[in-house]
Amino acid sequence: MQITVYVNGVAYTREVEARLLLIHFLRDELRLTGSHWGCDTSNCGACVVWLDETPVKSCTVLAAMADGHRVLTVEGMERGGVLDPVQQGFAECHGLQCGFCTPGMMLTARWLLDRDPDPSPAKIREALSGQICRCTGYENIVRSVRWAAEHPG
Amino acid sequence: MSTELSGEHGAAPVNGAYGPVRRKEDARFIRGKGYFTDDIALPGMLHGAILRSPLAHARIVSVDVAAARAHPRVEAVITGETLAGLKLAWMPTLSRDVQAVLATDKVRFQGQEVAFVVAQDRYSARDALELINVEYEPLPVVIDARKALDPGVPVIRDDIEGKQDNHIFDWEAGDKAATDAVFAAADVVVACDMLYPRSHPAPLETCGTVADLDQVSGKLTVWSTTQAPHAHRTLYALVAGLPEHKIRIISPDIGGGFGNKVPIYPGYICAVVGAMITGRPVKWVEDRSENLMSTSFARDYHMHGEIAATKDGRILGLRARVLADHGAFNGSAQPTKFPAGFFHIFTGSYDLQAAHCEVTGVYTNKAPGGVAYACSFRVTEAVYLVERMVELLARELGADPAALRMQNLLRPEQFPYTGPTGWEYDSGDYPRALRLAMDMAGYDDLRREQAEKLTRGEYMGIGLSFFTEGVGAGPRAHMDILGLGMADGADLRMHPTGKAVLSISVQTQGQGHETTFAQIVAQELGLSPDDVEVVHGDTDRTPFGLGTYGSRSTPVSGAAAAVVARKVRERARIVASAMLEVSPDDLEWTGEKFQVRGDPEQARNIAEIAMAAHSGLELPDGVEGHLDASTVYNPPNLTYPFGAYICVVDVDPGTGEVKVRRFIAVDDCGVRINPMIVEGQVHGGLADGVGMALMQVIAYDEAGNCLGGSFMDYLLPTSVECPSWELGTTVTPSPHHPIGAKGVGESATVGSPPAVVNAVLDALRPFGVRHADMPLTPANVWSAIQGRPQRTDLAIS
Amino acid sequence: MQVPAYVEYEKATSVEHALALLARFGPEARILAGGHSLIPMMKLRLAQPETLVDINGLGELCFLTVTGGELRIGTLTRHAQLLDSAAAGQHFAILHDAEQVIADPIVRNWGTVGGSLCQADPSEDLSAAFAALKATMVIRGPDGIRTVPAREFHTGPYETVVADGELLTEIRIAIRPGGGSAYQKVGRRVGDWPVGAAGAAVWLAGDSIAEAGIGLTAVGAQHFAAAEAEEFLRGAPATEASFTRAGQIAAEHCRPSSDQRGPADYKRHLASELTTRALRRAVRRARGAGA
Repeated sequence: MQITVYVNGVAYTREVEARLLLIHFLRDELRLTGSHWGCDTSNCGACVVWLDETPVKSCTVLAAMADGHRVLTVEGMERGGVLDPVQQGFAECHGLQCGFCTPGMMLTARWLLDRDPDPSPAKIREALSGQICRCTGYENIVRSVRWAAEHPG
Repeated sequence: MSTELSGEHGAAPVNGAYGPVRRKEDARFIRGKGYFTDDIALPGMLHGAILRSPLAHARIVSVDVAAARAHPRVEAVITGETLAGLKLAWMPTLSRDVQAVLATDKVRFQGQEVAFVVAQDRYSARDALELINVEYEPLPVVIDARKALDPGVPVIRDDIEGKQDNHIFDWEAGDKAATDAVFAAADVVVACDMLYPRSHPAPLETCGTVADLDQVSGKLTVWSTTQAPHAHRTLYALVAGLPEHKIRIISPDIGGGFGNKVPIYPGYICAVVGAMITGRPVKWVEDRSENLMSTSFARDYHMHGEIAATKDGRILGLRARVLADHGAFNGSAQPTKFPAGFFHIFTGSYDLQAAHCEVTGVYTNKAPGGVAYACSFRVTEAVYLVERMVELLARELGADPAALRMQNLLRPEQFPYTGPTGWEYDSGDYPRALRLAMDMAGYDDLRREQAEKLTRGEYMGIGLSFFTEGVGAGPRAHMDILGLGMADGADLRMHPTGKAVLSISVQTQGQGHETTFAQIVAQELGLSPDDVEVVHGDTDRTPFGLGTYGSRSTPVSGAAAAVVARKVRERARIVASAMLEVSPDDLEWTGEKFQVRGDPEQARNIAEIAMAAHSGLELPDGVEGHLDASTVYNPPNLTYPFGAYICVVDVDPGTGEVKVRRFIAVDDCGVRINPMIVEGQVHGGLADGVGMALMQVIAYDEAGNCLGGSFMDYLLPTSVECPSWELGTTVTPSPHHPIGAKGVGESATVGSPPAVVNAVLDALRPFGVRHADMPLTPANVWSAIQGRPQRTDLAIS
Repeated sequence: MQVPAYVEYEKATSVEHALALLARFGPEARILAGGHSLIPMMKLRLAQPETLVDINGLGELCFLTVTGGELRIGTLTRHAQLLDSAAAGQHFAILHDAEQVIADPIVRNWGTVGGSLCQADPSEDLSAAFAALKATMVIRGPDGIRTVPAREFHTGPYETVVADGELLTEIRIAIRPGGGSAYQKVGRRVGDWPVGAAGAAVWLAGDSIAEAGIGLTAVGAQHFAAAEAEEFLRGAPATEASFTRAGQIAAEHCRPSSDQRGPADYKRHLASELTTRALRRAVRRARGAGA
């Protein structure tokens, strides 16, 4: 079947099988490898992207379901080479180590800050509770998001 | 001494190039431009998938791959029989056992590799697995390690000639007679059985490989999630009979390792064979269930501990007897002479008269592994044992656990200290660290709060852990893995314009080597870390070394980096002397330049010297036309980071739920190259403690089904279970390390689980609970309160 | 990561169209809503439908209204929307309590209320919440609309009364004054399926309980409900003693099984403990005495 998905503002029309998962469409078809995958059971959140205005686990969404919709991946967070404050915050506050969970964390953080520009650390932790990090122990991720909240740019 | 709680990290380094320098590697990761193994797409690349055994123990009657081979998008199907023809059906493990690459005679654990499909895309590869028909004849399973040596139990490793049982090894350390004497004469002896359950490192990126064999040149290039690329290259050469100079191993970016990415896995070999057979690149990346069920697990130590003391609380001795479950193949990765790793550091941080331990390793019908998950070669197990025993001793004596520790900690004047099992601890001021942790925690206030809450029927617990670990393996004379000495190399090139390229043999998986190693060189040469490029992970471009695990990068490779930078600096001295027309002895190094003693105007920095070395300047003996240098660092000893941890929990006895309210961690890893990165390493390890203590376990049922094969049941801590970590630091440099650094990558994983467990059990004291095994899930806590602590490694299905 | 088997795909443009597609493709067709129950099953190949009927475009099933004295929830309502709904929270705090602990914030963005109910996992939280509220399920088929009480909706693990060719479209809950409700769940970790959970909805008459609904999940309670405990509470004083006794009765009538989440005796204990706690909180809310 043919689908057209608007990813980071660009329309991509491709022939795909209905069973193709959105994460594989992004990574293998479109070569946008910034989004990752890390589990089989929708638990880890390494695959989080935005579908229209909402972060979703793209391993649990079919590419076909995104037909006609917009997707935002980590590659689309920067605008004209200028990093989003969330990206800057992660670099500033050592919010990443291996970098594998980072794109998903940043996209959820961006969504949270768009809805709540001044979230408490508890609120940040709750918003990220569906996403696993194995390296950072979450402390610096929370600080990174707080930095972005305090430096909206 | 400082209570350096991270808050504002300035970009400007403190103390030369050391300090909270922002990471160079972040630039690509925050933009989604990391390059991980599954990101690789080569022209014509095929995809592999593994068919795995559903049974834990069974004879293979037949393997029928005809239908799979006929699938229109399948290019090849490889079986154990295929590999046997290439003499690759079995491969050596890191413990000098053998492991099946693809099963031929039997399957010996659920999830074991049976066949490998190579197809044009990953979906077709997965589909083709269902077209393979394997007929099994089930055999009785051996799942309970405690029964593995019982008479009449099935022999798992009948592939080993003459094998009549499931015994692997016996090992002991310490002085048995002296220990027995100490115990016999002691006022108080406390004993306890405790399990460190099977766990799994579960890095967020699973293991994988892309194998590409150039048909013309015969060069094999393998991109792989490996923490030890050079060791892998040598092993591939030995196992596959390929000439080693025709093999290139590249570790791209790695999404977490934690020891899971040290071994060579059957999937890697299959991908290489697939590339050979098809003539095209083959990618194999495992899914999460494969990772959890078949790759290197961690821990699984059944321990019996005994502690002897005077009635005044002076600890005299420690004894331990351990049953080590190694799974179906002995694949644990530790230095050859130490089949139980460094477990015999279980004497901990205390001044003991004697100690003795015995470890017996057994086979069971489970996945192979054992040494992984930031264990520092079984130091996690050792620290858990001693810190639980000290806690139990405190309870027996009616002593405060902090006071009892303080009474028995090694004193600074005792260092370097040789313990009763032979370890020579390099440096430490233990009482200072414990005092700092107690001050940060407000320990006395916490005990008051605990007492007050108890009167209202609220249960809070305070748990301590004081750990010493030995890392940075290690001296080549004692420490090798499969005969490869555990030294590491470093090459440093100085370009004419004064920029440096450092090539190292270790392999970062998030630890920030691209930044910290640049800082080391920058510090030695008066450069900015931005002037130093760190190259790693490509065996064609880096010197030989044993890789990153066991917190060895800073102690070994970091030392190599400092030593090679000093070699460059000494060459620079010679060139500078020629430039300034003085004797090399007339020059002093200021930290940024060489200047003539007594005439500071006469000075040259490294960049100027580097250009001069490449010019027509007549160079004295000792320097050829450049400053470049290389070295191999053979560490004289391990380094011994240590720490004092305090955990505060609140327990709901009605449900068994545990909430970790606070965690105070004081770490001493010697000189800290980048405090920001050090703290990040500690944060991550502390989360491991919460996870292991409260929720993580790879359990099996009686039929050998793995019950931890997905993240639905192998639970990892999230941001909600983790408190905001409170960090403190002390610095006691390592006297034998060139820059006094000790390494810190595993410290918090080692030290934190006993702190959490001690805290929960402290909360449960009013219910008379003496011990309960990890993980302390709500069900297990509640069961312990009822007087029925559960066995956590076996479960009813 | 594991991937689904081959499947055909149709996108429904209306409820009628969805029903027509179900009729055309027969029993091997499955409704695809949020997909967060179905797609994980398909990836593990535990479910292998031949055709997916995607209903994500059916805005007509995405609503949350107070109409005719009822809270009406369209089945395509995302979990996050139910959690965010002021109307739902105001009338039935149990729904917010439950949604807060279902899966995680990202899964809640896309998973739907209807999808979870139709998945019919024996540990599913909304099943218990709607059982406590004695909700009504509205099912549409080729022959029209029928309603089924929430307590008759499930016929076994992973089985509901929604027949092939039918679609669950709406859940309705009658709004009555003087009520309070709450949900209590124990999991091994945030986002985990419950080890045990209980929901309570009470309506008071003075200091007595006029009417009570108790829902249980993950503990083998028949129809996700504790009917005997509800019977006991009718007319009973709204006191600690009543809550405790009700919890005991609820525990007596459930049949939990031992698994990795816990042994049966612990789950039975949770049935009791959490029923008591849910009642306590529900009554406090009914009295307007706080959350």
